[in-house]
Amino acid sequence: MKIVLEQLLNGLTIGSFYALIALGYSMVYGVMKLINFAHGDLFALGSYLGYTLLVFGSSYATVTFGIWGGMIAAMLIAAIGIGIAGTLIERIAYRPIYSVGRLPAVVSALGASIVIQNGIMVIWGPRPQAYSSQVVPSVMLNIGGIKITLMQIVVLIISFILMGLLFYIVQKTTFGAAIRACALDRSTAALMGINIETIIFFIFALGPALGGMAGVMVGMYYRKISFVMGWNYGLKAFTATILGGIGNIPGAMIGGLLLGVLEMLGSVYISTAYKDVFVFLVLILVLIFRPTGLLGEKIAEKV
Amino acid sequence: MKSNKNINQKNSIFKNWLVILVAILFIALPFIINAYWIDVLFFFGIYALLGLSLNIVLGEVGLFDLGHMGFMAIGAYTTAILNTSFGIPIIILLPISAIAAGAFAWLVCSPIIHLKGDYLCIVTIGMGEIVRLTLNNNPFGITGGSNGVFGIDFPSLGSIFVVDNSTKFYYYIWLIVGLTIVGLVNLQRSRIGRAWNCIREDEVAAESTGIDVRSYKLLAFLLGAGLAGVAGNIYATKLMIVSPESFSFMESCMLFCIVLIGGMGSIPGVLIGAAAISLFPEVFRTFAQYRMLIFGVAMVIMMIFRPGGIWPRKRGALKFESLLIKAGEENG
Repeated sequence: MKIVLEQLLNGLTIGSFYALIALGYSMVYGVMKLINFAHGDLFALGSYLGYTLLVFGSSYATVTFGIWGGMIAAMLIAAIGIGIAGTLIERIAYRPIYSVGRLPAVVSALGASIVIQNGIMVIWGPRPQAYSSQVVPSVMLNIGGIKITLMQIVVLIISFILMGLLFYIVQKTTFGAAIRACALDRSTAALMGINIETIIFFIFALGPALGGMAGVMVGMYYRKISFVMGWNYGLKAFTATILGGIGNIPGAMIGGLLLGVLEMLGSVYISTAYKDVFVFLVLILVLIFRPTGLLGEKIAEKV
Repeated sequence: MKSNKNINQKNSIFKNWLVILVAILFIALPFIINAYWIDVLFFFGIYALLGLSLNIVLGEVGLFDLGHMGFMAIGAYTTAILNTSFGIPIIILLPISAIAAGAFAWLVCSPIIHLKGDYLCIVTIGMGEIVRLTLNNNPFGITGGSNGVFGIDFPSLGSIFVVDNSTKFYYYIWLIVGLTIVGLVNLQRSRIGRAWNCIREDEVAAESTGIDVRSYKLLAFLLGAGLAGVAGNIYATKLMIVSPESFSFMESCMLFCIVLIGGMGSIPGVLIGAAAISLFPEVFRTFAQYRMLIFGVAMVIMMIFRPGGIWPRKRGALKFESLLIKAGEENG
């Protein structure tokens, strides 16, 4: 029982990373109907940005804000940086080709992804980097016999706060209503006086910002980061997006958490080597029986 | 009408000459360039074959398939395992790997063929990843895990005609690409090709005109996978080793780009796309670590300036005009 609970917590931690990245995919897809393949690499870029900030700014930040304050400051700066990077990519790679259909944007997105990935390699070097234990404390807690690291609790709390915040913005505010309107029907939303350009700008800033924060947290949690990790996490997060129903924001959160838990349970009860096979099999089975994902609504075919 | 006909004739004569010229160039090339570039052109051929096979699924029918490398992996591993364990000659395994990959595609795609657009896309990604991970995990000890299977024979007809050096491999792959192109051009003009294009343009309309959408989609997957299996066979015999990392998701994405950069459903376009993807990194080798960076930038710029691809397909324009001419002649 203890093992199950521990693995569940591990799964939730990984799942919250996936969920945060998946939100970026889902928001962009909802409004643009575009799979932003560069998103996974933006996440990796966030991780590297956080690494640099923590290594070079740690002494200053720690003195000013304390060790946790320094970390949160690094996350916020990384989020802003990645948000800017996301909007830049939208400006350069996607905006010129919105009008010609969806497929050219896929190639453009893949191109952007290759650029970011190799950009990271050129700047930080091809070898994996490590968040040092000096900037990120490693504390093991024992709550009622269940072992959990302090980092895990921090990750869970921060990601649930972020998800809650985003959920609030999207579901309760006027701005969120505008985003949802754009996701439903972009041209009608424009006729209702919603400024599509602004929405797209925020979508491409908000999604990558969340991904960037997830990147910093992945660095703090696993310590090791590499320039190719964007593809792995991106693929998993995209899977989570589809699992929850693409374009659906609560769906992305649930899909991400579920995927993390499935992955952990798969690695405990089946085998670590086949955990990803298990995850993809579950995904395919879900899609066979619910072709639009868990929370995806049935879309009427336009004739 | 007369002048129109002349233009058409001139156009087709020009096209024929172009094809012959390209063919002669390809035959003559190995005498001009060194062994390194012959190998580069061999891999260009492999990418061309893979591009053509994905073009059936993505270009002709418009199904998003981002796990195409999975089919190639099935073909390559079928060849590798049957050849190394049972000593079956490669030339017999060529059709067998095609059949194996096709059968695999039929098996896994039957339950998911009803999925639309991006959902089909993620399922094919999942399928490709499942294939790669399974091969990597060495099921029943037959795939050799991450080391792969090695010691695969050269393709040969008896003991006289053995494909055992770069030049022969070059001719071998381009012969197969050539035959494939002839087959695909005929397929494009056939009832099947038109049905595929109809499904791509409007599925509901296609269904209402009596096209069995499900079967035609499956047929596309089957043929595409079969061709990818052939490519896998040749790839395995050339490298003499197959290992799972050759069939990664990234490679599948590159195939996707080949079709889109070239122009959806356009055979010359796919060849150009394959050339762009396989030759570009070689040409820019002097830039060392900036090579892939430039490659990515080129992809973005490419799509901004030619979103329809380098050589988009002009569908049936020529045929329709010649029909008009015929009608005009009949009417006097």
